[in-house]
Amino acid sequence: MTKLLQSIVDGLGVGSTYALLALGISVIFGVMHLVNFAHGELITIGAYASYFFFLHGGSWWWMPLIIIGSAVLGSVVMELVAFRWVRHASPFTLLLTSFALERLSHALWQIFVSPKQRAFPKPSWVFNQFKIADISFEVMDVVTIAVTGVTLALTAVMFKRTLFGISVRGAAEDFDAARLMGVRANRVISGAFAYAGFLAGIAACLIVMRSPAAEPSMGADWLLKAVIAAVIGGLGSFTGAVVGGLVLGLLETLTRVYLPDIAEGWDKFSTAVVFILIAAFFVIRPEGVFKVTHAERV
Amino acid sequence: MLEVDRITTRYGAITALHDASLSVSAGELVAVVGPNGAGKTTLLNTVAGLLRPATGRIRFEGNDVTGAEPARLVRSGLALVPEHRRLFKDLTVDENLRLAGCTVKSPERRRRLEEASELFPVLRAKWTTSAGYLSGGEAQQLAIARALMSNPRLLLLDEPTLGLAPTMVDVVFELLARLREQGRTMLVVEQNATRALRLADRGYLLRSGRVVTTGTGADLAADTGLFDSFIGTEAAPQR
Repeated sequence: MTKLLQSIVDGLGVGSTYALLALGISVIFGVMHLVNFAHGELITIGAYASYFFFLHGGSWWWMPLIIIGSAVLGSVVMELVAFRWVRHASPFTLLLTSFALERLSHALWQIFVSPKQRAFPKPSWVFNQFKIADISFEVMDVVTIAVTGVTLALTAVMFKRTLFGISVRGAAEDFDAARLMGVRANRVISGAFAYAGFLAGIAACLIVMRSPAAEPSMGADWLLKAVIAAVIGGLGSFTGAVVGGLVLGLLETLTRVYLPDIAEGWDKFSTAVVFILIAAFFVIRPEGVFKVTHAERV
Repeated sequence: MLEVDRITTRYGAITALHDASLSVSAGELVAVVGPNGAGKTTLLNTVAGLLRPATGRIRFEGNDVTGAEPARLVRSGLALVPEHRRLFKDLTVDENLRLAGCTVKSPERRRRLEEASELFPVLRAKWTTSAGYLSGGEAQQLAIARALMSNPRLLLLDEPTLGLAPTMVDVVFELLARLREQGRTMLVVEQNATRALRLADRGYLLRSGRVVTTGTGADLAADTGLFDSFIGTEAAPQR
């Protein structure tokens, strides 16, 4: 029972990070019908920003601001310099553009910084543990779940109550109809990218607090998981992205812990097992957990 | 108020509008009628900025607005109630209206929301219902209420009675008559040709993307030969 509870907390910890990234991917997909494969680069940008910040004497108190700020800026610039020019192109062109951005980002970090990992100190409390009724929890897991919970609650309020949130939901449903209501295409798309950047920035904070290092390809693994989470939830569904992220995190942790211990290193297969389970799920329900019928292209 | 001067609009290789011209003066209700595929919706979508004409000019209140973004046109006083309503089905009635009030500041938006709830009592009762759960008549009223949120000086309506039950068709026509009495300028594309023309000050008959005739609403409505030749009985069911 203790093992199960600890695994669930671990799973929710990883899953919340997937959820934040998947939600950003779904928001962008909603307004542009683009699966942004360069979204993971925002984590890399955040990590390098914190590395340089540390190099110049920065402290962890200001780090979240630096990471989130750089991720928001990175996301907005990405839209401005790349996606805006191909907005009306085919989905394939949009996809290729996102791949190109992802590759370009890797190359730039490799050339201008280093292909090697650049580490910096982590906050002292990250791996501290505390016990409740004989179950030990990592402080970072609780921080991750709490930060994600608050962020998602604020996101829900933003989407429900603010004019920007309603505009994004409306634009995700029918972009032309939103334009006919006076919604400015550039503003809502830039805003969506900024918000996706904000979510990725929070995810990047949680990631670099655990593993305080920057390297050119660090966003790629997270991106793959986040895209899978968004697809599990039903691409374009905001609630689905969160559910997909949490489910993926839980599946990963539980399979790692509970896979039969038949050979040394068997737990390395946990990711493969998770992907097989997801593939089986898509055979039964190809549209994901939440079916999205709209999502018109711009 | 609106001058459409010889516009041609194409979808790829297909030309949907050929050199179409029309005008709407302040306070007028102008109806555009014609058979299916005549280019009526293309005409409204081009005026509203969803489509860019290949040739020709569009002027609104003296300004050239050819190819302008829909969001800019809404802000300059022109709104479209699109064909099939295109409501945001996942958004509530209130959210649909708030989104449509994005062109004005918060206090003014609140005032207009109150106005909408007074003008459309049926919507007041469904304020927090998702638009996807509204009946056809309620949905059409929401579509019109939504377009009115920007307080347009020119309201374009594309097939406002399409797919509605006869009683609801009456409700929509009564609403159009009321808006007209209030002095609202309107350009209406309507399948109920005779009824629309009877309400209209002037009408245009469109066929195969071309304006084939124009006249006062009453004259066009009374011209039975015109209907038989150009529109057909399907488009004039309520003579």
